[in-house]
Amino acid sequence: MYLYIIAGIALLISLIASRQKTLRALKVSVKRFVRIFPAFLTMIVLVSVVLFLVPDVVISEYLGGSNKFIGMVLASVLGSVTVMPGFIAFPLAGILLKEGVAYMVIAAFTTTLMMVGVLTAPIEKAYFGIRVTVVRNVMSFLIAIAVAIVIGIFFGELFQ
Amino acid sequence: MKRNTVVRIGVIASYFVFLLVSLLVEFEPGREIGRNFASFTVDMLTILPGAFILIGLFEVWVKRETVEKHLGEGSGIRGYLWAILLSATTVGGLYLAFPVAYALYSKGARLNVIFTYVGAAAICRIPMAVFEASFLGIKFTAIRWLVSLPLLIITSIILGNYLNKRGYKIAAGK
Repeated sequence: MYLYIIAGIALLISLIASRQKTLRALKVSVKRFVRIFPAFLTMIVLVSVVLFLVPDVVISEYLGGSNKFIGMVLASVLGSVTVMPGFIAFPLAGILLKEGVAYMVIAAFTTTLMMVGVLTAPIEKAYFGIRVTVVRNVMSFLIAIAVAIVIGIFFGELFQ
Repeated sequence: MKRNTVVRIGVIASYFVFLLVSLLVEFEPGREIGRNFASFTVDMLTILPGAFILIGLFEVWVKRETVEKHLGEGSGIRGYLWAILLSATTVGGLYLAFPVAYALYSKGARLNVIFTYVGAAAICRIPMAVFEASFLGIKFTAIRWLVSLPLLIITSIILGNYLNKRGYKIAAGK
């Protein structure tokens, strides 16, 4: 909601300063939005299908396995191909933790969830091009694995 | 029309036909997908208009020199700090970081800083971090930041420098 408070105040100040410039700004807003709209639509379509194929229940089932390393790999793949708002992802992570899932598995899941966007690729591709999109996501994936391993070390899970 | 565009329109059109038919014949998986679609569309529609208004205002009011000075060539290490601070306040998710990144780029921000901004928008958003810390503990969040941020900056520098040499440009979205 604070987004709209800020946008509203900014718009008001802009209007007071110059009506002409504000009108131009709104034209830019609409133009930019219309241009990227197909990519957004594609993303929502993908998300709706993937969320159906990979519901929360499946995630907790797969990550709770006994082997931490397999769990970590599975978690990072799941995190990469799903999109989930934070208000669902972190409570879910909290539940997984209570069920005994290792911190490093959770780190792999939440970090790829945030950083690697297979489903946001249609949008990213429209701006960055396909090659940079792939490279950037692969790099992000590796960073997420690094985070998971360091978390494993600090929570004493890696060398048990 | 390009071939890709035709394929995309075809796929999306058949998706909607599928949703409609599912609704009529009460095909449960299809209706579930439809509900997902509706809830995500509502999510997007509550964020996108506000965000794009701010992008438009940014485009008209912020001077190119200001962005160049703080985020462009010669902004040095401050450029990365600005990018991370800016990303901390980003709303939504990765999907919104790209249009903002383009807006910054078109005003003269350099690639290294852009990639840092996009990555940091994924990992450093303040409201999300608060949420994370409350479910997983401060230690977890602190380690995640301390590991991912330096790695993000290093990979952004490598990627940015490489692409600069190849004369790469970010497109206006298509």
